[in-house]
Amino acid sequence: MSTLVPTPGQTVGPFFHYALPYPGDRDLVPPGSPGSVRLHGTVYDGAGNPVPDALVEIWQPDPEGRVVQAQGSIRRDGHTFTGFGRSSSDRLGGYTFTTLPPGPMAPGRPAYFAVTVFARGLLNRLFTRAYLPLADGASDPVLDGVDPDRRATLVCAADEQGYRFDVRLQGEGETVFLTYPGH
Amino acid sequence: MTETQTAISDEIAAIAKAHEAAGIEEPQPRLDYPPYRSSLLRHPTKDLHHADPEGIELWAPVFGERDIDPLEADLTIQHGGEPVGERMLVTGRVVDGEGRPVRGQLVEIWQANAGGRYVHKRDQHPAPLDPNFTGVGRCLTDADGTYAFTTIKPGPYPWRNHRNAWRPAHIHFSLFGTEFTQRMVTQMYFPGDPLFALDPIYQAIVDPAARARLVATYDHDLTTPEWATGYRWDIVLTGSHRTLMEPEGDHA
Repeated sequence: MSTLVPTPGQTVGPFFHYALPYPGDRDLVPPGSPGSVRLHGTVYDGAGNPVPDALVEIWQPDPEGRVVQAQGSIRRDGHTFTGFGRSSSDRLGGYTFTTLPPGPMAPGRPAYFAVTVFARGLLNRLFTRAYLPLADGASDPVLDGVDPDRRATLVCAADEQGYRFDVRLQGEGETVFLTYPGH
Repeated sequence: MTETQTAISDEIAAIAKAHEAAGIEEPQPRLDYPPYRSSLLRHPTKDLHHADPEGIELWAPVFGERDIDPLEADLTIQHGGEPVGERMLVTGRVVDGEGRPVRGQLVEIWQANAGGRYVHKRDQHPAPLDPNFTGVGRCLTDADGTYAFTTIKPGPYPWRNHRNAWRPAHIHFSLFGTEFTQRMVTQMYFPGDPLFALDPIYQAIVDPAARARLVATYDHDLTTPEWATGYRWDIVLTGSHRTLMEPEGDHA
């Protein structure tokens, strides 16, 4: 258990674009590399409008389900897979990553990207998971604990480029966001 | 943008009063905080889903010497000349929820210049840009969990939440920790700022004691003769989950 009270979060604000994005931030592997996929989507607000000043980060295991603990997410060398990526949304609210699909971290469990969302107007970061499309009979404690009507908000849709995962901050189809013990 | 500061301040006061009456601890900002108008359509309306972190969430990405040049911790040497403003050292310790130093971790900062202007095309505040100041820095915490930056004190700046809205001077901080669940972005403020009571972003942390955790301390021992003033600001990340499964000896 925590014994200290955590420092409060604050919004990322409107002016992070010259600070947090960096060259190669969204390319966990070079675009076009063998086995690479795009994880992409749009961040929407409660009126269904795209959010052009959001920042999405992913953190994932490698395709074998192993946690990578390698440096180099900021200065990528073109071959080390570090598992971390950062993508600011564009004018249409879109974000995109070029990456490798995450592997399951335990036998029989669905694989997922851990996702963090920041935005102007959002007073603290939000956590969620973007699961790869589920196999029949897949079971997972988080998915199983979510209202069935909302479960789909945590699952990517396969498309011709890889996976689509939209983030809805509010309203119809609002994404399920997660909080953890001690938060 | 016709709403007055008085109207916004009244909303802030009403929420503060209701919070006080409720007597519930709220160490984090409210996501639903109407005085910050941009939050209206950008806060989830449903309760966050309680999850036990597992797998990848029990780890954080690793940044290290390969990612960061030590010179990135000095925001005053990124261009050909000296930036305008009050040169300042900002340092502090990053600890986890159990008070243990968070070592070798990436800390990112960004801020306005001394005139309250960001190097950002959407910043329309007609204060001068400083050709010698971009306002972006990175460093790694040391073995004691300490970060340190050399920079310029940022100015307050107007924004368009309401008529005559001004943000207190602040530096944005981004931190990781050793687990995914510790990821945070926040803002460091300066002691005694007259804009605190008026600012809906700062006041979205409705608990006064929690708000005060974002305010740095002026430290004259850190102030350097003939060179720079010194501010100290410590950061506590949320508790770790992974280490709970390790032997008690590791907690010493």
